[in-house]
Amino acid sequence: MSKEPVAVIGIGQTKHVAARRDVSIAGLVREAARRALDDAELTWADIDAVVIGKAPDFFEGVMMPELYLADALGAVGKPMLRVHTAGSVGGSTALVAANLVAARVHGTVLTLAFEKQSESNAMWGLSLPIPFQQPLLAGAGGFFAPHVRAYMRRSGAPDTVGSLVAYKDRRNALKNPYAHLHEHDITLEKVQASPMLWDPIRYSETCPSSDGACAMVLTDRAGAARAPRPPAWMLGGAMRSEPTLFAGKDAVSPQAGKDCAADVYRQAGIADPRRDIDAVEMYVPFSWYEPMWLENLGFAAEGEGWKLTESGVTELDGDLPVNMSGGVLSTNPIGASGMIRFAEAALQVRGQAGEHQVERARRVLGHAYGGGSQFFSMWLVGAEPPTS
Amino acid sequence: MNREIAVVAFAQTDHRRTSEEFSEVEMLMPVLHEVLGQTGLKTADIGFTCSGSSDYLAGRAFSFTLALDGVGAWPPISESHVEMDGAWALYEAWTKLLTGDADTALVYSYGKSSPGPLRDVLTRQIDPYYVAPLWPDAVALAALQAQALIDAGDTDEPALAAVAARSREDATANPHAQLRGSVPHGEYAVRPLRTGDCPPIGDGAAAVILAAGERARELCARPAWIRGIDHRIEAHGLGVRDLTDSPSARLAAEKAGAFERPVDTAELHAPFTSQEVVLRKALRLDDGVRVNPSGGALAANPVMAAGLIRIGEAAALVHRGESDRALAHATSGPCLQQNLVAVLEGDPR
Repeated sequence: MSKEPVAVIGIGQTKHVAARRDVSIAGLVREAARRALDDAELTWADIDAVVIGKAPDFFEGVMMPELYLADALGAVGKPMLRVHTAGSVGGSTALVAANLVAARVHGTVLTLAFEKQSESNAMWGLSLPIPFQQPLLAGAGGFFAPHVRAYMRRSGAPDTVGSLVAYKDRRNALKNPYAHLHEHDITLEKVQASPMLWDPIRYSETCPSSDGACAMVLTDRAGAARAPRPPAWMLGGAMRSEPTLFAGKDAVSPQAGKDCAADVYRQAGIADPRRDIDAVEMYVPFSWYEPMWLENLGFAAEGEGWKLTESGVTELDGDLPVNMSGGVLSTNPIGASGMIRFAEAALQVRGQAGEHQVERARRVLGHAYGGGSQFFSMWLVGAEPPTS
Repeated sequence: MNREIAVVAFAQTDHRRTSEEFSEVEMLMPVLHEVLGQTGLKTADIGFTCSGSSDYLAGRAFSFTLALDGVGAWPPISESHVEMDGAWALYEAWTKLLTGDADTALVYSYGKSSPGPLRDVLTRQIDPYYVAPLWPDAVALAALQAQALIDAGDTDEPALAAVAARSREDATANPHAQLRGSVPHGEYAVRPLRTGDCPPIGDGAAAVILAAGERARELCARPAWIRGIDHRIEAHGLGVRDLTDSPSARLAAEKAGAFERPVDTAELHAPFTSQEVVLRKALRLDDGVRVNPSGGALAANPVMAAGLIRIGEAAALVHRGESDRALAHATSGPCLQQNLVAVLEGDPR
């Protein structure tokens, strides 16, 4: 028997900000969940199971907080799963929830991811010394900057490409009411003049630290038929992992990312992603990861990704819009960031993305990665249900 | 989707008070090699890998990422992780196999309690606003539950001591157990619980392999078929729960089909003697059911692995022909807040 098709029928986000001092952790997640239920016109009683994800528990200082959140998420008496796959967790969480529907274990599942980073300092939380391991050095930026430098040297990309990505994403964020950063006076010159943090990554080319949550209601074919608004259909989804460090690892374009994309494209029948996919929400915490992932995901040949960025292809009105929502560069509640990518992809094919809607977006990719460029989760969603 | 899925192999470490000479990866690797060796599979043959562990035990963020070195995730693997006991990693792997995306799954979990004061660490698992500031630890909360049981007339201190004695006596046959044989019941840890009512604190790891359909029969002479598996959570606030009962365990058992026919054996994840009393009642286990022949969590309780070990122990009994229908249970959270029940069966002999 084939898998049950999976549909996204409800999406909810909080307005992402630096610090949500007005709500508890429970209040934050409930706000997003409530909005997703409202979007689907469902109540807590319609939910069969809850799948929650977030990045390290140290970010809020609560061990396995899902135990405490069971009440707030209406999970009492229901199954509740907690996923943690580093930065990719928001995507992985959605995929674990989708599998519950695909396997016909449950009909309708609430999935949610969050981070309340104002409860601690994420950069230093990520910099704990580990015996016999290479130190991460001042947060994720210190880890990833050499990989960006390697990409620049390998591809011969001009130094300015990173600033173009940041300038685009921050302008896209102005069209997304939920985005954290709304820099109305942003200019390319300001991005390029911002302080250098981890050479070659400038302050304006890095993600912010956000409080936020994102939730989705996933359901089966019968649930989708009852949905008040157009569903987004999952056409393919996959996770891939590889070790953090090993001889021969390609940190610029990891094999796990290529394999993950290939699996999704195979499931969805995508022969040429550049032609067959209309837009992408990808996990770009540092600007240069846009051209890097364009290559890793097969949208450009190796060494050519920066040309798509430079020529405006990835702009909101370009031929392959990337991070229409403003992306991770504008909003980064770490554990939720992957799910926001997945949810924004679904919003696009549902035609519900508002001011940052891409016209005729029929098939959109959501992408997340985490750890030392080693955990990948992706899904492709479409306006039409899967044919097979 | 009617796909038969079975536990086909199980391995665990010898559980010990401390394993400070080993990293998590070093603790885990022999277990992974052993479980793969039982089936003749290699990492590259596995369709899906899922693990369970806790950053708070390890004392650092993303602690599970290094465990991938032990798996040998190259070429890249299809893999996921839950910040839960490995029993829930097994649940995720089971759903993955149900979809037909994979035919085999490697599930593992590990926990090192030795680097920090476990009782203090577990207080961080409680409602951070209203309860955690009081630093109530797992023993204190379990003692509240035990007192509620005694007040309700469900048990008394001698009966609890008998649970402890039976568990550690049974553990003499378990070479992996940390605490076995005649163990003094000790002084009160938190009244009414004595040290003997509490689990040993220790480090350990476990792994199982799942396989679907004919693949399971190829890999194991007598697969332990998962006839049903389900898990449920209760409210977090102790004040709104009846601590003498476990409606979530009962509901999970019902959904897993545990009540359709009697089981001959039950492996219960009851770290405290009093919790076995609660679970026996909720799961309707009468005296004819053999409970925790491994010694259970009172003999070895490596946090994050102890639940998966219950499933592994129950499966191993089926593999060896010592059980035809076994119930395995895992728990998480204070006072049995969250519970998972699996029903395992062997083919008729």
